[in-house]
Amino acid sequence: MKLEELAGQCGEWLRGTGPESDIVISSRFRLARNLAQFPFIRRCGEQDRSAIERTICDRVGAVEEWSKLAYVDVARLPPVDRQFLVERQLISRELSEGEGPRGVAIDPQEKFSVMINEEDHLRIQVMHSGLDLQNAWDQINRIDDMIDERVTYAFHERLGYLTACPTNVGGGLRVSVMLHLPALVMTQQIERVFRSLQKINLAVRGLYGEGSQPRGDFYQISNQITLGRSESQLIEQVGKVVPMLIEYERRAREFLVRDNQKDLHDKVSRAYGILCTAQTISSAETMDLLSSVRMGVNLGLIEDIEIPTINRLFIHTQPAHLQKLRGGELDTADRNIERAQYLQRHLRKGNRGGAQQKN
Amino acid sequence: MDGPPPVQRVPEERLAMKCQKCEKPATFHITELTDPAGPLELHLCEDCAKTYLTQGAVEEPGPAMIGGALGKQVQVGQTAEELARLDQKVCPVCGISYYEFRQAGRLGCPHDYICFEPELEPLIVSIHGQSKHSGKVPRRGAARTDRQTDLIRLRREMKEAVEREEYEKASQLRDQIRNIETEY
Repeated sequence: MKLEELAGQCGEWLRGTGPESDIVISSRFRLARNLAQFPFIRRCGEQDRSAIERTICDRVGAVEEWSKLAYVDVARLPPVDRQFLVERQLISRELSEGEGPRGVAIDPQEKFSVMINEEDHLRIQVMHSGLDLQNAWDQINRIDDMIDERVTYAFHERLGYLTACPTNVGGGLRVSVMLHLPALVMTQQIERVFRSLQKINLAVRGLYGEGSQPRGDFYQISNQITLGRSESQLIEQVGKVVPMLIEYERRAREFLVRDNQKDLHDKVSRAYGILCTAQTISSAETMDLLSSVRMGVNLGLIEDIEIPTINRLFIHTQPAHLQKLRGGELDTADRNIERAQYLQRHLRKGNRGGAQQKN
Repeated sequence: MDGPPPVQRVPEERLAMKCQKCEKPATFHITELTDPAGPLELHLCEDCAKTYLTQGAVEEPGPAMIGGALGKQVQVGQTAEELARLDQKVCPVCGISYYEFRQAGRLGCPHDYICFEPELEPLIVSIHGQSKHSGKVPRRGAARTDRQTDLIRLRREMKEAVEREEYEKASQLRDQIRNIETEY
C-alpha cells in the first residue's frame, strides 16, 4: 500500500456515515498491551525494540487476516509521511516523534491499526465512523484475542494488563468518541459541559489527542479510569453520556436557529464566502471556518454541499495531506496558497454540481 | 443560495419558560451532568446564563493525572528523608530506580508493579479510585510469567557484563537466555 493511495481517500473516521454522524464523527477504542519478556519501552535499547518488532511481526504476521495489513516502518519514514499518518489518526504523535525501531500495521480500510513500540509495546486501535461503540469493541476484542493467542502479555492477577504508565493499567482500554460541537461553543456552554464530564472521570481532548488545541470544534470524550471497570462498564458509561451531549448540541442549534437566526446564517455564509474566495489561508482558520460551514450544511443553511465533501476538506487541507496530494514539499507560505486554491477548486465545484442538479 | 432556514418547532411550555433567576424569558437550557445526583436542569436568560457559566471557571480541575498524583504523593506522603530512601529503591529486574520513575512517569518493566508495590499502590488508587482489575483476562488466565521476567533480567545483566568487558560471564548469560527463549 502506498501512502499516496491513502491520501486521495477520506479514511474511516471522516467518512461521515454511521449513527448520529451529523454530530458524532467517530468511535474509537484503544488497547495498551506489553509483551511479558521485554522491559517497557523506556528501558529498551535498539536491540530490544527490534526484537519486540520482530516478535510481533513474525508471530502475528503469519495469520491470514494480518497478511492483508500494510506494515509501515515508521523509523524510516520521512517526517512528512509520519505527519501524514498522524493527521489520518493512524498513528499517534508519540509514535511519530519517537526514537528507534517502531512501526504500524494498517488495515487498508483504515478501520484499525496496530502501533508497535509506542509508549507500550502494542497499541491496538479501532476506529468506526459515527456512534458505533459495540461493533468497534467487538472488533478490537477479536484483534486482541488473535494477538493474545500468539504472544504472552504482561498481566498481573490483581492489577490486570501491565502498562508503562500506571494511568493505563488494568484493562488498558480507552474508549473515545469524537464529537462536532460548534453550537455548544457558540453559546458558550462548552466549558460547563466539560467540567461536568470531568466530575464523572471523563476526559476531554482536542482533535489530535492529548495536549492538542481543540480546532474546528472537534472534541474527544474518553474514559480516564482504566482499572477496576470492565470493558462493558466503560462502554456503558461513555454510551450513556454521548446521547446527552448530542441532545445538548441539538438544543443549542435549535436555540441559535430560533433566537439568533440572522447572526447564525451570517456567520455560516461568511465562513463559506471566505473559504470559496481566500487567496492564502492557514490550517487553523480553515478548520474553524469549515466547522461553521459543516453546521450550516447540517442545518440546511447551505444546500449545495454534502457533508462527506466537508469532511474530506477537513483532512485534505492538513499540512502533510496538502503536500502528499500536491506531490512535493511546500513551506508554510506556499501551503497556505495551495490550501486556498484547493478549497476554491472543491467548493466551487460543489456549487456547480449543485446548480446542475437544480436544473 | 437557499430559502429561509428550517425553524425548529419548540414546545409551548419551553417558549413560555421564565429565567429561574429573574423575570426575563429563559433562552439557555443547561443540564448539569453531575453524577450520581442525576441531571440537574437549569433554565436561564442570556445574562444570568453568562454569570452562571463564568462562575464555574474557578472550580476544581479534573481528577489528578499521573503528574498531579505523583506530586500529591510527595506532599502528603513522606518526609524528605523517607522520600530519599524510597527514591533509591531499584527494580532487580530492569534496574530502574523509583526516583527515575517519579521523574519520567513511566515504569521500566512489568516487575516494577511488584517491586514498587507499596509505593505504587496509593498512586494507583488516587488515579483510578480502586486497585483491582475487572474485565478481560488473557486466554492463558493469570498464569505466572516468571520465566519471561527472568529473560528481562538476564538480558540486562548480559548487556552490563559486555560493558564491563566480562565476556566469559556474558557468554554464560547468553546461553541461559537462549535456553529460556527456545522453551516457547
